[in-house]
Order: sequence, then structure tokens, then C-alpha cells
Amino acid sequence: MYDIRKTYSASSVSEALRLLLENDGATIISGGTDVMIRLKERKLKQAVLISIANITELKGIAVRENGDIAIGAGTTFDEIYRSEIIRECVPALAFAANQVGSPQIRHVATIGGNICNGAVSADGVPVLLAYDSCLEIAGVSGIRTQTLSGFHTGPGKVNLDQSSELLTTIVIPRAEYEGYFAAYYKFGQRNAMEIATLGCAVCLRLSADKKSIDELRIAVSVAAPTPLRCRKTEARLRGAPLTNQTIAALRKGVLSEVQPRDSWRASRQLRLQLAKELSERAFRQALETAGGEIV
Amino acid sequence: MGIGQGVQKTDAVQKVMGTAKFVEDMIPQNALHAKVFHSTVANGLVKSIDCSEAWKIPGVKAIITCFDVPNVPYITAGHPLSFDPNHDDVRDRLILSRRVRFFGDEIAAVAAVDPLTALKAVEAIRVEYEEYEPVFTPEDAIHAAHPVNPAYPTNELARLDFSISDSTVTWGKAAFSTEQNIAGREDLQSDHFSVPAVHAAHIENNACYAYMEGERMVVVTCNQVPFTTRRNIASALGIPLGRVKVIKPFLGGGFGNKQDTLYEPIAALLSQKLGGAPVALVMTREETFTCSRTRHAMDFYTALELDENNKMKKRAVRINSNGGAYAAHAHAIAAYAVTNYFQTYSADVVQIGESSTMYTNLPSAAAMRGYGIPQLAFAIESQMDDLAKQRGIDPIAFRKINMMKKGFLDPFDHFVVESYGLEACMDKGAEAVNWEKKRKEYDAFNQSSPIIKKGIGMAIFSYKTGVYPLQVENGACRIILNEDGTAQIQVGATDLGQGSDTVFAQIVSEILTIPESKLSVISAQDTDVTPYDAGAYASRQTYVSGGAVKKAALILKDKILARTAEVKHCAAEPLMLENEQIVQHAGEPPIASIAEIAAFVQYCNDHVLQTEQLTAEATYTCMSNTFAFGACFADVEVDVPLGKVRVNKIVAVHDSGTIINPKLAAAQVHGGVAMGVGYALSEQLQYDKKTGRMLNDNFLDYKIPTSMDVPEMETYFVETYEPSGPFGNKALGEPPLIPQAPAIRNAVLHATGIAINKLPLTPQRLVEAFISAGLIRAED
Repeated sequence: MYDIRKTYSASSVSEALRLLLENDGATIISGGTDVMIRLKERKLKQAVLISIANITELKGIAVRENGDIAIGAGTTFDEIYRSEIIRECVPALAFAANQVGSPQIRHVATIGGNICNGAVSADGVPVLLAYDSCLEIAGVSGIRTQTLSGFHTGPGKVNLDQSSELLTTIVIPRAEYEGYFAAYYKFGQRNAMEIATLGCAVCLRLSADKKSIDELRIAVSVAAPTPLRCRKTEARLRGAPLTNQTIAALRKGVLSEVQPRDSWRASRQLRLQLAKELSERAFRQALETAGGEIV
Repeated sequence: MGIGQGVQKTDAVQKVMGTAKFVEDMIPQNALHAKVFHSTVANGLVKSIDCSEAWKIPGVKAIITCFDVPNVPYITAGHPLSFDPNHDDVRDRLILSRRVRFFGDEIAAVAAVDPLTALKAVEAIRVEYEEYEPVFTPEDAIHAAHPVNPAYPTNELARLDFSISDSTVTWGKAAFSTEQNIAGREDLQSDHFSVPAVHAAHIENNACYAYMEGERMVVVTCNQVPFTTRRNIASALGIPLGRVKVIKPFLGGGFGNKQDTLYEPIAALLSQKLGGAPVALVMTREETFTCSRTRHAMDFYTALELDENNKMKKRAVRINSNGGAYAAHAHAIAAYAVTNYFQTYSADVVQIGESSTMYTNLPSAAAMRGYGIPQLAFAIESQMDDLAKQRGIDPIAFRKINMMKKGFLDPFDHFVVESYGLEACMDKGAEAVNWEKKRKEYDAFNQSSPIIKKGIGMAIFSYKTGVYPLQVENGACRIILNEDGTAQIQVGATDLGQGSDTVFAQIVSEILTIPESKLSVISAQDTDVTPYDAGAYASRQTYVSGGAVKKAALILKDKILARTAEVKHCAAEPLMLENEQIVQHAGEPPIASIAEIAAFVQYCNDHVLQTEQLTAEATYTCMSNTFAFGACFADVEVDVPLGKVRVNKIVAVHDSGTIINPKLAAAQVHGGVAMGVGYALSEQLQYDKKTGRMLNDNFLDYKIPTSMDVPEMETYFVETYEPSGPFGNKALGEPPLIPQAPAIRNAVLHATGIAINKLPLTPQRLVEAFISAGLIRAED
């Protein structure tokens, strides 16, 4: 039995926003895989739930006229994993979507919920960060756009006014995925039904001759209070040749930018080791997909 | 069908279709629901409780606190009654505790119209504590200022020390350490092995409901030992045994964690306060983790001396067992472990064992599949591989020099090993994994592979069947023959998923020739009508309870033949059963069917024949014990930079005597292997170091293996014939778990050269070890 005072089911974004404004302290719920846990743990009491699970405009994946990929916030991980668009244009995201929890979770959990929940371990986030994705957020005064990078402000905290805003769309701009190749490496203590001990996504574009790095992005989860981009390392390795020295510099660079903590779930020592190791493995995999070779 | 056949589980269809009824399915619609107030300190005293706000919540029907319960401590252990003062259980539990012993201890309980209302009322209760410094390890617990149980001022619950020479045990303070300090002597050159507390993780949470029928208290509970639970409930409530009835319906896994009496007395007391209204108390998953039982965390300090032929000369072990807050099984588990150290292997000259179980301010430890032996096997079998490596000898050859042989006289329980398949298990497993070839192949591979390393390791065990002579071993069975030749079988032995009901049907079928499809084993136990049995533990049911079923079936068979002789006017002597018929000689035309005889003697109205419902009932007293054996081989791959172990394959070989049902037996091994993989790699209960609060009381953070983590398994049985078993059979329930962790650890040793002496082999532990050994290079 759950401590739920009232439930609403919105059928449009505008209705959801209206319900949010009318109900102080209401909670948006879609798949419920995070909200129900908060209810069970009694962190959420006398809940007023506004379901957005039946809003069709929040669902699905489309390529916009300008070539940007738009993922509705209410799209489930399973839908992302099966999407032809995702598999063709940003396959690393399909892979990452399939790393979430279990088949049951992936059938109901949504990408929007994964981002807005603000978990530092969210499997949906590193790849999207590495693709320099943007978020479209609906509010009373219309839609605002912001980059995913910077959206997370602390553990469980995001730049969203929960009393008046709703994440509607995740956009992967064409310029940020075309010609890019990405890979995600998640480390969990077991092989399924697991949260990341640490995760790393690497997204890169090679020079025309495939001999050097043209553009590089590294996103790491569970290595700081928020998922983070290793921007200094990215900048330093722009133009670097595909050599073992570059990989050594990548490992060292990532190590200098992450700030994992000691927790009972995993030690700082393990997370540091994972950060450098996973960034190398994700880099090598992205490189292989891109057709590059370490010389 | 009968013995040796892969008969389908009697409850398979019901469980697959979801029609089998478990406790939660049976809670009456009008039942009140109870929730427990748990302490938020680990060591202290409740000064006061304020329930005034809780009472204001509409729907609250009853609140009981630690100030309202009978002040008579009772036993929680699921052991049969013992008249031996050395084996009596400790009475140290009250229904609700004023003297708080662990973070989560039960202080008050509320019954309300629904679980949420009860929970809100619990949240409204205010408690004031006098707090004491908590202790979480045996080392900290000894002589702590505020003992967990004031009746044990040093916190030492019990100890068992001995030395053995010429198969004779001398009890008393052993010579291994002369110190009182339980950590053992510091000057002793010894290895240290350590295993954490783990949880059974059965899928059905512990649950019960209680109601009264007139003066009688009825408790429906998912408990493995309904008769013992009845006694413990009667004792807790201070009412005669005859006033309590316990019903055990289908049970969704237990592994020993449903052997103790937990919340049954709370539900019963609430029902009593409410005039007998039904009160349900279903633990949440988090409560099941914290407030049921755990496997004991243990530390092993072992010292060993070999002669020039690699034969053990001197051998000593010291076990410090962390018992947690309540005595539960007291020292029984550490005692099982310390004695088994000298059973699987023995030394020629000196053998010394010491063991201590300490009270600490952690959740109580008690029975869990393997009863101390998985802990011990990790220590012994790791040590065996370390020694083999030191001596440059093959681990299997080294074990063969030192391990138990046929004819071994157990120095503790004084029985002689007659059925013995240990060596054959090792040979079979070595052959199946291609031991010698693979060891060499992996050695060569590892030379040139710094990231992925491969290894193959093994471990063996011996495990007793039942607990005779420490405790009485008995069980009873009743068989009721129907007039159509079908029958019901009633046993006090409990099926908790392991398939004992199916095996009992096979035993009856074997003797009466009636196929299992015509036999109904009454799976639910009701202490009012079910024949007595001590219950499910110690891998005893096929060995002990099976003996009762066999005995009852033989009695019924004799009755059938005797009544046939009477009805058919022939001699009973040559009569026998064949395919549900009575024949005079094998292969001859039948003179009657079992059904005809059963119908005739029950309904014949010829004014001559004394009618009879053909039934048989028997109690079997088992006065023997025997070792089951086995060997496990693990093939692993270690991803060194990630500290991640991938178990590619487990080969499990068991000597459990005659295999009654090969399919169920293999399934039992599969489950044990999966559980053992968790023990080896990922499972450990974690506690906040300051408060003692359990941190990972859920399936996200308590890492049991998923289907993606369980390796390929091969299972083999080396069938021996154990003369003391009803059909030559011996233990199989618990054994499959035992050797997995050391076999995997030894495979990691083979792969990496790193000996890890602490479970589980988590990435964190491995990465730390690999960094300090230089296998993982530091960044420039």
C-alpha cells in the first residue's frame, strides 16, 4: 500500500503543466521506477501524482527537418533500444538504454525520468552528454532550451522547476552526431539489474585521413557529484594522433578531472581505477567503430 | 516410478500456474495488519515510549510496546527439544525488547485496518533511549562496557575448545592460545581468513498471521519447523502447547532463514489483545534483511605444519564467530564449523580447535544453508591451495594425501565412514574439466596476457546428514489408503521448494507400487493433525523423514497383504505387490488389486469382517549419521584492471549416496551453485560503522547473482550406497553451496597468483589486491 493522496492522468503537456500549477507539491510520474521507490521508502508522503504516461506528444523518436534527433521525454528505454533511428544515428545510446536495470524496468522507465531524477549513476546520461544533447523544457511561458551539460546541479538535483516545468524533449543536434562515433562502458558489480559503479561514454570524430582525433568528448558518471564531461582532456587531445601515448594521456587526463568519493558502495580507489580503465575501453571501442587504428 | 526416477515435482504445476497458496495469499480479508517499530540505536535501553500521537490515527486498533510483553525470555532457535544441558538453546528473546540490542530491534507494534495506517502509527511513536556504545565485531565485543546480554558479561556467548589425538577428543581449553583474548595469540604464525555476514535472500519474505479459535491461538506462518515454532510461540505467550496450532502452507524458499521463530509471537500477542481478531504481520524486504537472520560472519586463524611428504603433522584452528544480537542458534554453527575442520582433513600429531561465538550489536546470525561449513570450507580449501602452491604440488594430489578416507572414525560423533565417494568425485570433476591440460594451458596463456587471466580451481567438502547424535533425529509419517487405491501421505517434514514432498511420494510408490500420480502428499503442515517432524534443516529430510515414510509404507504394505490373505483365504507369506496388484508370485495373474482390497475391507458389510480404513503411521528414530561429499571445479576469467571475475563454468560432483530423483538432485545442485557464486563474488551485508544500521537491505545493493551472472554448470553424481540411509541416500540439500566460494577463489589464485583470504571477491577487493601486488600499474 502506498501513501498516495490523489492521482491525475494528463493527456497533454499543457494539461500536465496546469495540473502542476494547481497542485502544490505534486510529483510527475511516468514509468514510476523511481517515484514508487520514494513512496515505498516513505520519502514521499501523501503524494499527489500527475501521470504523464498517457501523453502521446511525449513519446517516440523522430528526425526533425533539420536533421536533429528528437526523443520524447516519455520514451521508454526499450523503445530507444529498438528504435531504428537511434540504432542508425546514435547506436551507443541504444546500447546504453539496454544497460538499464532489467527488461521489466526498461519497458516502463523513461529517458526523461532518468534525466530528471538527477541520479549521478543514470545510464541514459553519459552518452547523451557525450553527444552534446539539449533539453526542451515546457513551462508557463513556453519552451526553454538548455544543454544537458549543466542540467545536473548536484546529487539528485537538476535545473528544473518541479512546480511548473516539464521536460518534453531530448534533442541530439545533427551537428553533434553526424560523423561522430560513440561508445558507452558501464561497470556494475553484476551483469544485470545493476546501477553503474561508474560509467563512461566517449564520442569522437576523426580527421579525414583517420589518423588523428578531430573532436573528442568524454562523459563520466558516478565520478563526481554530477555526471561530468572531461573538457580539459577533450581540449588537450583535439588533434592528437592515434597512438598509445594519446591513450596514456587520455587515462591521465580523465584521472585528473574526476572526483569520485569513498562510499560504502565503492571506494574512491576502485572508481579512479574504473575511470581510467573505462575511458580507455570506451575510447578504443569508439575508435574501432570510427575505423581508426592505434599506431 | 519410484526411487531413482526423475519424477516431476508434485507441486510444479500449482507453482507455475500461480495457484499454490502462500501465507500472503491466505490472509483473511478482514485481517488487521501489523507493523513494527524498530529501534534507531544499536545498543541501549528504552526509557520511555509515547504512543499518544499514534493512537490518534483513525484505524489503529492495538499498540503494544516493550513495556506490555510477558517478561519471560524464550527460545527462537528452530531446534527440537533437547534434554541435554549442553545442547539446550538460550532463552534471550522477549516479544518486544526494552533492552535494545541492534539497530532495528523490535520495540513496539501496531495493528491497524491496513498496513499503511499501521505504518503511519509506527512513525508517530516517539521513543526515548539511554544509549550505549555499540560493538560490531567479536574483537570489540569482548569485555565491552555494556554487554549485549547482561547475563553474558564478557559478550562471549559460548566457546568450544578441544584437542584430538588418536580419534579421541579432549574437551576444555585448548593449547592453541592461552590468551583469553579471542583474537588469538599475536605471536602465532597463522593464516587469517574472513567471511562476512550474508543473507539467505529467499524470495518469499517472512510472513505470518495469527487469530484465535476460542481459547486457541492459530498461527499461519512460512516456517520450516512448525512444531518447534509452536513450542516457541507457546513459550513466548506463556500458554500451554495444546493451545497453539501452527499451520505452514506452501513456502517460498527459506534456506534456514525460516527456521527460527521471528514475528509469530508479535502477531499472536496482538491478536490476543484484540480478542482473537486475525492480525497479519508481513515483513518488508528491508525487514527480512535486518530482522530475520544472517549467516555468521567468521574469522579463521589457522596454523599448520607439514612433513617432508606433504602430510599434515600439526594443525590448529581458531574460529571467532559473530553471533549478533540474539543467541538464536548460539554456538551450534561455529561448533559445526570447528569440528568439520578435523573431519575433511586430519593431521597426525597435533590437532587443536578453538571456537567462540560472540554477542554483538548486529542482526542475529543463525542457520543458513550449510550451517557454518561454507565459511569453514572457504578457510580450509583456500589454505589447501596456498599450501599446495608453496610446496609446488598439484592441489588435487595434495588433498589426496591428507583428506578423509573410507573407514574414517569421526572423533566427535563416533560414526565410521562407510559410503565414500570423495576421491571419485574429485577424479570425475578433474576429468570433466580436463584439469591437468587446462591448468597448463592457462599457465601458458597467462604468461602473455596481462589484462585477461584465466584460472581453474577446485575445492572439496564433507558434510554431515542430520544432527544425530547431538540432537534427536526423528520424524513421523501417516499414509491413508483410499478405496480406489489412491493415497494421501502426511508428513511433518516441510517442503520449502527443495522437493521433499516429491521424494516422499517416490518412496511410497517404490514400496506400494502405486504411481506418484495417485499419491497426494499433503504439503501443508497443521500441528493439530500432521504427524510430528523436526522440520527442514541439516539436509535431513530424505535421510530422516524419508525413513519415516519408508517405515509407514512398509507397515501399510503389510496391512494390505494381511487383509488380502484374510479376504482371499490364502497365506500372507508369499503375497507381494506388483503394479498396484497383489500377486502370489512375481509375474503371476493378480489375485486382487490394492483398490479392491481397500474398498472391500472398508465397506464390506458381511457381519463377519472387521472393517478398517487402511492407514499406517510410523515414527522413525534415526540413530546414525553419515558424510555426504563433493568436489567443485571452477573455470574463471579475471579482467585484471577491472577486478572482475567471470565464472565461465562450474563442474559440481556430489556423493549423496543413492540419488532418489536425478532431476530434482541436479536442480538442487544448480541452485546451490548459483547461491555459492553470490557468496564467492558479490554478497555481503554492510553496516554503517558508527550506528550499525544495515546499509544494503534491498536487492539493488545486496548483490545476489542474476541469471546473467550464473555460469554454465555441469553436475555429476558419484552414487554410493549409504547403509544407514533409507535407500542408501544421504544429504544433498545444503552441500551444493559449500565448495563454490573456495573453488572460485582458488581459480582466481591460479589465474593471477593472488591469494584473496576474504570473501566476497568483489572488484574493489581485487583491484586493491592487484594494485598492491603490482598487477595493476600506477599511472605515470
